[in-house]
Amino acid sequence: MATSMVNEVKGDDSVPKELLLEKHVSFLREYGQNEDNFEYGITDYLRMSGVYWGLTALDLMGKLKELPENEIVEFVQKCQDPESGGISGCINHDPHLLHTVSAIQVLCIYDRLDAINVEGVIKYVKSLQKDDGSFTGDKWGEVDTRFSFCAVLTLSLLKRMDAIDVDKAVEFVESCMNFDGGFGSRPLSESHAGLIYCCVGFLSITQRLDIIKRDTLAWWLCERQLPSGGLNGRPEKLPDVCYSWWVLSSLSMLGRLHWIDFAALEKFIVSCQDSETGGFSDRPGDITDPYHTLFGLAALSLMGNGALKRVNPTYCMPQEVIDKLELKPQILN
Amino acid sequence: MGDSSDEEFQNSESWVFYRNRDDWKDVEPVEQEDGGEYPVVSISYTPKFKDVYDYLRGVMKIGEKSQRALDLTADAIALNAANYTVWQYRRDILKELKSDLAKELKYIEKVIQRHCKNYQVWHHRRVIVEWLQDSSKELKFTQGILVFDAKNYHAWQHRQWAIKTFGLYEGELEYVDSLLRDDIRNNSAWNQRYFVINNTIGFVDDVVSKEVEYVLEKIETVPLNESAWNYLKGLLLHDKGGLSNNVKVTTFCEDLYMSGNRSPFLLALIVDMCDERISNKAEDDKYNLKRASELCHELATTVDPIRCRYWEYMSTTISKKAGCESGEDAEGGDGPEEAAAAGASHDV
Ligand SMILES: [Zn+2]
Repeated sequence: MATSMVNEVKGDDSVPKELLLEKHVSFLREYGQNEDNFEYGITDYLRMSGVYWGLTALDLMGKLKELPENEIVEFVQKCQDPESGGISGCINHDPHLLHTVSAIQVLCIYDRLDAINVEGVIKYVKSLQKDDGSFTGDKWGEVDTRFSFCAVLTLSLLKRMDAIDVDKAVEFVESCMNFDGGFGSRPLSESHAGLIYCCVGFLSITQRLDIIKRDTLAWWLCERQLPSGGLNGRPEKLPDVCYSWWVLSSLSMLGRLHWIDFAALEKFIVSCQDSETGGFSDRPGDITDPYHTLFGLAALSLMGNGALKRVNPTYCMPQEVIDKLELKPQILN
Repeated sequence: MGDSSDEEFQNSESWVFYRNRDDWKDVEPVEQEDGGEYPVVSISYTPKFKDVYDYLRGVMKIGEKSQRALDLTADAIALNAANYTVWQYRRDILKELKSDLAKELKYIEKVIQRHCKNYQVWHHRRVIVEWLQDSSKELKFTQGILVFDAKNYHAWQHRQWAIKTFGLYEGELEYVDSLLRDDIRNNSAWNQRYFVINNTIGFVDDVVSKEVEYVLEKIETVPLNESAWNYLKGLLLHDKGGLSNNVKVTTFCEDLYMSGNRSPFLLALIVDMCDERISNKAEDDKYNLKRASELCHELATTVDPIRCRYWEYMSTTISKKAGCESGEDAEGGDGPEEAAAAGASHDV
């Protein structure tokens, strides 16, 4: 009820038209301190990813120092499971590949990989590869191309791609390519922009973008742009700020970023800011969160917004961090 | 909040905190250890949430696998269905107690109905079905979810898993057909159509031919439908003649174009046909460079200007293939340069 009224009040004229950086900095800094923040209270199981979203967003705005480095590094340390080597979403939870990758991204941004047992992480990622080359997200979970991406993202940041069977891993991802050029979670699963990002990112890291039907896929991706300027994740779905990132980053790796109408997309993303609380939401007028805030900012950075640091399309981390690590994910031009 | 179906789990008025329950006095609650007072990693909980999870950590710490612990996991899941640690603990208990799995299947059905976009709930269902080795309810169950959300990725994934694992292909094409009759733009249903045919009879010649007829019929009713056009292109990948030699398809496209239809997907397919003929060095009076350039120009300027850069690219690429270094030679003033200029003004 309340939301729909907000939507009505916030007509086209009242949505933000400029980037509100100051607001986003305080939004991310204070997120979680607010007692009424119900969503945050119930999301301890993904706290680690939350740290990555907030930290990366702040870093892109040049405000890395807004968060206490030592405490965060200590938190990451405490989330590593000494037995499996994997990292969990929160202290005393079970390790998961999604949080392991977030933790490694956070430590790379801080240049503090020394804080954890890196060999343990490598052992953990290796343990999740199946005979057919695919990966699961934890020791019980399901196979999904998301996890193939997380695995190589983690290992490449640690410079230990040799720990897994890369050829088999590529074979599995290739088997998830569909007739429309896109990718799904498993063989013959529907193409989905989020999973396309994971698969293109995977192939960018493994230097195998050659197996992609480049122009077919890039056309499918730019078909995601709707008259509102926003991007959706599948045909006939609503636009969402996070898809701005999945689609743009994929197009960027394919060297086809310019097929998107930047001006229209920028207008959509900027209209998803909340001018009172700060942060970005999925669509104009919805509640903002760190997840959409990162992907909104990252998309703006990919489109060359000068107020933000350059983001790397494969890693969704500041380009300067990737350069410092001397990583060269494949990008087609 | 305001969801009446919550009552079976937690009626806030009759809710008794675990710390006030006599039959839980023997368990020591364990508080969440988190990042302390640091903003990014600290957590604010509701009192009820904290109570339930403190006791859950309490039983997990001593490894208690009992009926009351099982019930406690249900309370914890009702507060947060995405916590994968709780789900795993629940499965450990189910195994230890040799619980009635048919009952568990009913339980997870209800949870999925409330949280149908969550990974953990679907995974739990899959594990229970595997333990039971009984897939007899999966088609009907996923069908029920798809009634409310016809494109739910998890439901489709689960359905495909059940069909593939237990060989439940019979009747699936009819089901897909009924979904497409409800919503011709349902991309998930088109994908499922491909999944079924691919995994059963395969795209042999007469199947391709029948499917082409099927999809053309659908396109005829709604020409502005990306999913159907994508499916058609997917089918033609299996056509030995390629995109541009299926007479049914070319006739259909030409008729539709002549009738004045300017669906971007129609124009795009004709461009691809021209592209194919030119790549194969096949002289053609219908599918040639001139036509491709004109269509790309029309797409970039009027039909699909938001993607003008793509159409300019296609125009240039096809021109190059035809052996013209710049598009200008081939199509005079109507070439990609002008389209580019139009595109640029569109961008501003
Ligand atoms: Zn989103």
